[in-house]
Amino acid sequence: MNLFEAVIGLEVHAQLQTDSKIFSSDPSRFGEEPNSVVGVVSAGVPGALPSLNKKAVELAVKLGIALNCKINLRNRFDRKHYFYPDLPKGYQITQFAEPICGEGFLEISEAEKKVKKRIGIDHIHMEEDAGKSIHRGALTLVNLNRAGVPLVEIVSKPEMRTPFEAVAYLKSLHEILVFLEVSDANMEEGNFRCDANVSIRRLGETELGTRTEIKNINSFRFVEKALDFEIARQIAVVDAGGRVSRETRGWDAAAAKTFSMRSKELAEDYRYFPDPDLPELVLDSKWVEKIRENSAENPEAIRKRLAQKLGLSESECTTLMSRKDSFEFFESAVALGTDPVLASRWINEELLRRVKELGPEATLFDLNLKPQNFSDFIGLIKSGKITGKIAKTLIKEILASQKNANDLVRELGFERIIDPKIHNQWVDEVVEKNPGPVAEFSAGKEKVLAFLVGAAMGLSRGKGDPAMIETILRDKLLARKNPL
Amino acid sequence: MTFAGELLTRGSFREIRKALDDRKISALQLCEESLRRLQMGQAQINGFITLLENEARVQARLADEKIQTGETHPLLGIPIAIKDNILIKGTPTTAGSKMLENFIAPFDSHVAQRLRQQGAVFVCKTNMDEFAMGSSNENSFFGSVKNPWNLKCVPGGSSGGSAAVLAARMVPLALGSDTGGSIRQPAAFCGIPGLKPTYGRVSRWGLISYASSLDQIGPMATDIEGLSALLDAISDFDPKDSTSSISSSKQNLFEEFRKNENETSLEGLRIGIPIEFFNQSGLDPQVSAMVRHEIEFLESRGAERVEISLPSLKYSVAVYYLIATAEASSNLSRYDGIHLGVRDGQLEKLEDIYSQSRSQGFGPEVKLRILLGTFALSKGSYENYFKKAAQVRRIISDDFSQAFEKCDLILGPTSPFEAFELGGRGQSNPIEMYLADVFTLGPNLAGLPAMSVNIGYSDINLPLGMQIIGPKFSEKKMIFLSQVLEKLKPQHSRVSPFCKIWEGS
Repeated sequence: MNLFEAVIGLEVHAQLQTDSKIFSSDPSRFGEEPNSVVGVVSAGVPGALPSLNKKAVELAVKLGIALNCKINLRNRFDRKHYFYPDLPKGYQITQFAEPICGEGFLEISEAEKKVKKRIGIDHIHMEEDAGKSIHRGALTLVNLNRAGVPLVEIVSKPEMRTPFEAVAYLKSLHEILVFLEVSDANMEEGNFRCDANVSIRRLGETELGTRTEIKNINSFRFVEKALDFEIARQIAVVDAGGRVSRETRGWDAAAAKTFSMRSKELAEDYRYFPDPDLPELVLDSKWVEKIRENSAENPEAIRKRLAQKLGLSESECTTLMSRKDSFEFFESAVALGTDPVLASRWINEELLRRVKELGPEATLFDLNLKPQNFSDFIGLIKSGKITGKIAKTLIKEILASQKNANDLVRELGFERIIDPKIHNQWVDEVVEKNPGPVAEFSAGKEKVLAFLVGAAMGLSRGKGDPAMIETILRDKLLARKNPL
Repeated sequence: MTFAGELLTRGSFREIRKALDDRKISALQLCEESLRRLQMGQAQINGFITLLENEARVQARLADEKIQTGETHPLLGIPIAIKDNILIKGTPTTAGSKMLENFIAPFDSHVAQRLRQQGAVFVCKTNMDEFAMGSSNENSFFGSVKNPWNLKCVPGGSSGGSAAVLAARMVPLALGSDTGGSIRQPAAFCGIPGLKPTYGRVSRWGLISYASSLDQIGPMATDIEGLSALLDAISDFDPKDSTSSISSSKQNLFEEFRKNENETSLEGLRIGIPIEFFNQSGLDPQVSAMVRHEIEFLESRGAERVEISLPSLKYSVAVYYLIATAEASSNLSRYDGIHLGVRDGQLEKLEDIYSQSRSQGFGPEVKLRILLGTFALSKGSYENYFKKAAQVRRIISDDFSQAFEKCDLILGPTSPFEAFELGGRGQSNPIEMYLADVFTLGPNLAGLPAMSVNIGYSDINLPLGMQIIGPKFSEKKMIFLSQVLEKLKPQHSRVSPFCKIWEGS
């Protein structure tokens, strides 16, 4: 039995968040009627010429800065030729020889292992998307809405060694794209697509093995599964004395298998050459610096700030940052002086659950909860004016009525009861009504105490102090057990 | 002959303009005469692919309304022929190819839009070599064009239709396009002036691409004043064409022309004569003598003659035919039978659709160039061919820059020979034809403006052209020189023998 390690490199295509396409003013929206956002440039009509969307360049630069890349002030577009029905010009405009961003890196944190690892970025280039071919029996339908949509391709170095690392890299990249508003990176809409290059070699070897490329894997989970499968498959091939062949493979999610699509032994010739319709792109270094200065904090820095300054745990950060809307809401609440840990907990647990009830497209802002109101709400919890149990009811009321938290508490009489006499009454009532459990406790069964406290809390309608109840209860029960 | 006929046959641009402004003639009358001539001469000349009868009449009436209100503009109400690789919304645009036989332009080219705004009247789409590939107009799917100077001869190409309808005095203005000489060479063969502007001066939006880094739309006319008015009308910065130049902002050459009309001195103008132009093998001694003679004449008017050298010019044919064909092979990929072009409905396999459509839709010269270009870009040859060519292109460009440190304009022949017979030179050996482009290719490779003006006639009464090449955006100077020549040598502005046909009608 040989020991192998895997070598993984990832190519991610992300759609840039622009209003229009990369080389024309056609809107770059998802979900429109087929072939309805296709102007003469996108359709490749003779005589139509590309002109570059500045916003797309700005977003690519922004991403490059976040991924610590060298920004190439001089870069250019090339044509990549192949014939396919969803490629109306017969070539795709891309950046082959001189991409906009050179080498950089991305740090991935592995929550479980508490280690950070730097994954090198080889380069980032801009390109236009092709259209979409839909095969229906003998027919092939072409939808060109996507043709000309701006993409960046982020090509990593082959520096990941496990599927786990690959997923960590993708998650981190996804987070950056979303946080910097470079891409909405919506996977269902195909705005974040991943191709994985994977090879294996015996541990200790430095040469790279023959790699296969797995195309278009569209979820983090599938990336992990596909890589797991593919690595195992390659090891099995080599163990059986065979050779891995250079090929493009697809991922069949239903069968949980990769399958051979086409051999790459005979490399295709794309006849790349500089697109003569687009002059060399020369960026003004001052413009690039401005983007750098105006760039939002990158997720890594945010994570550090949340953990070190605000005291959030790693997993709290991850949940909070998995959505741009929840993070933004959190930031505005914290800016009002809200307790960060409580705020994060209530956003992650309660508010997001409510958002999900509103539908898949909904964001936290659709709850119409004002940050100030949320801040007041957290303040009530923090100061102990309401109990955790009441808080859950209160937030429901707030969301339903849009009223202010403080007013509602007063209106509904939700304030915590702190009078020991009233607590005494609840305890007496519980003891009286529950002779069985009381007897069990007297017989030494400590566990029933929790049940009795719960019952007393019920009597208080959640407004009592469980700690006070427990103290009083314990005193009373012990007094019964060992009368003076 | 009617007044309209008189104006078209012998009138200068100035006279036509004045007749319209003085309302001695209407734009519609002029348009009708132009349409009549185009139709009448079509069987012999075959100058157009589509006649724009209805559109032209609408535009002419519109122009007349504007003239009635006292509005005036150099091009208002003037009939103009447009090369058929330039899009005019709603009209067929074939680029001389079977591939685009049924293609209707869905938008206006930038130049068409500008000309429309300025009141010009589009009368026809002119015949051309398929996708502008050729220099005899024998590569058109719609049949070859005949030279009004001698119907047995070619008009040159690829803007042969535009040159022919001008020489036949069917229109006073025409648009051509020039990738390696396609305006200048037919202008020389047909005895009219034609100018390829500085690369980036005129927007290529709506021009069907042949070789994007070389293509440029330019004016052709029956005289220099018309040419300058037309160049003004189409020059400007256009954000829709990323290679359009900010410097294209108007120079107002038309006004300049009028300001200089009494000027006949060339004092202070340094004209550069590249030695390489005159020891070119294949250069007809008659052409050589005529150009030399013209240069001497210019010297007699005060111009200073400077001997210069363009040592890398000898590579221009090789460089051009690598770069142009490479770009063409890419630009023409879109004609695949799926979105554009002819398709055999019986075919099922995708590969078959591509190969059949392209085999049937393209003519032999286009196929040849696609093959050459595909080769130049393929793995293994890119470094040796395309990349080398791009490097040498820069050297050629530098040669011109150095030359222009010593002179203001460069002069030489436009073509090594006069118009040749149909089915002759052009059909026998493509390489020989390519070599004949040696004088015109340099300016395209270097992005320089260049024009051809008529300087006389050969022993068999065929026009001969002289080429004027200038530094970038020096069109003003070039037009001034040609203006002086036109004035001092009216004998070079003869009307072609074909025009006799108009006299009886």
